[in-house]
Amino acid sequence: MKIVSLCLFAIIAFGVPVFAAHHDEYPVATPPLTEGIFPCSNCHAGMDVNTKRRQLKDEHTNIKLHHAENDRWCLDCHNPANRDKLKLANGDTIPFTDSYLLCGQCHGNIYRDWKVGIHGKRIGYFKGGKRVYFLCVNCHNPHDPKFKPLKPEPPPIRPEEQAHGR
Amino acid sequence: MMSMGALAALSLGSSACTQVQKEEFLQKRFREMTEAEKKTTIRRLEETYFRKYGKKFRIGTQPAESAVLWGYGLDLSRCIGCRRCVYACVKENNQSRISPQLHWIRVVRLKDGSLINLENAEHYYNPETVPEPGFQYMPVQCQHCETPPCVRVCPVHATWKEPDGIVVVDYNWCIGCRYCIAACPYKGRVFNWAEPNIPAEELNTEVHYLGNRPRMKNVVEKCTFCIQRVRNGRYPACVEACPTGTRKFGNLLDPDSEIRYLIENKRVFRLKEDLNTESKFYYFFSA
Repeated sequence: MKIVSLCLFAIIAFGVPVFAAHHDEYPVATPPLTEGIFPCSNCHAGMDVNTKRRQLKDEHTNIKLHHAENDRWCLDCHNPANRDKLKLANGDTIPFTDSYLLCGQCHGNIYRDWKVGIHGKRIGYFKGGKRVYFLCVNCHNPHDPKFKPLKPEPPPIRPEEQAHGR
Repeated sequence: MMSMGALAALSLGSSACTQVQKEEFLQKRFREMTEAEKKTTIRRLEETYFRKYGKKFRIGTQPAESAVLWGYGLDLSRCIGCRRCVYACVKENNQSRISPQLHWIRVVRLKDGSLINLENAEHYYNPETVPEPGFQYMPVQCQHCETPPCVRVCPVHATWKEPDGIVVVDYNWCIGCRYCIAACPYKGRVFNWAEPNIPAEELNTEVHYLGNRPRMKNVVEKCTFCIQRVRNGRYPACVEACPTGTRKFGNLLDPDSEIRYLIENKRVFRLKEDLNTESKFYYFFSA
């Protein structure tokens, strides 16, 4: 009872639940932000927030949203109050390095696999050294997440074409 | 006991035979060397490599750790057949680049829904981009069998399974008979038909005696799970090179490892399981 009232007090006093969503820490890679674009507040700090859903005409025109674009737009994931953070569906704000929490809201099965190292990629030392977990966004463009086809490396030389150096 | 012929060859050829060649000839099998003999051999090899390539090599001899059995996982629902792994492996493991061109990984292409028809496998595919619609890709390399047929047929015991499950070759003991190549059902081994050809500036000088040290003409070589890396706690080069995160690696004896999770939770198969090779290379489907 005491704890509940304490929580209520905290929520009333600070406007946010004191128990923010707990999650494990991962040694994640640096998010692939366009150079010079971060912190977003450099430009956004003095700007009024326009929450009206619209096509952007002046800035960020290189971003073509192709990720359930009929159901969402910028401010569903980007936090309007502080642009240097992302926003979860429950209203929590998270840094860009925790973006997997945002992706995991919809892609729960993939998130589960990512946490145990089955989906995604880990490099470096699995023991006794620095290890890096790639973030979802290191491989998938969050605005257009489908993995793009690649040019393959050359096929092996056929034995009949292989000179043996004799 | 050395044969009379070998003794005669030694004494007769003493003028043409350098000290290094003599030591090489009399060197024991790596597995039977004492620590002191290993040290001497490593020093001699490092000198030889320095003379040959003009580079300082660091040749490791780290033994297997206890309670470790390496296993590999490969996600067939993610592989796109781009061959990044093939060339990362070549670079890391000092394979001959051309004449002969040796690859330890072979990526085979199969028609969708036809994964068991390996006789239709194609590994010379070369489209503009991958993946191609209607096809699946399956990289194949040494599967590090628990009962490796290649080891059983070697007449001189130049290849064996280490306590951590890695199947290795002592290149200085290999006589080049290629019985192991014939015995391997996975085409996991390749042969140096000629003197290996590697540009000096591309040599990887961080090597292991049983792994990626430069080889010579007439010896067999194969994937070692990057023994020089994994025995130091580092992921194999192919795992790090894969752009789709298809490749997984870990300790089969550690219940919290990635490899154990995927075996216990995903649809898994091993290639040619019916041959009882008990391979430690697990193909799986994450989706």
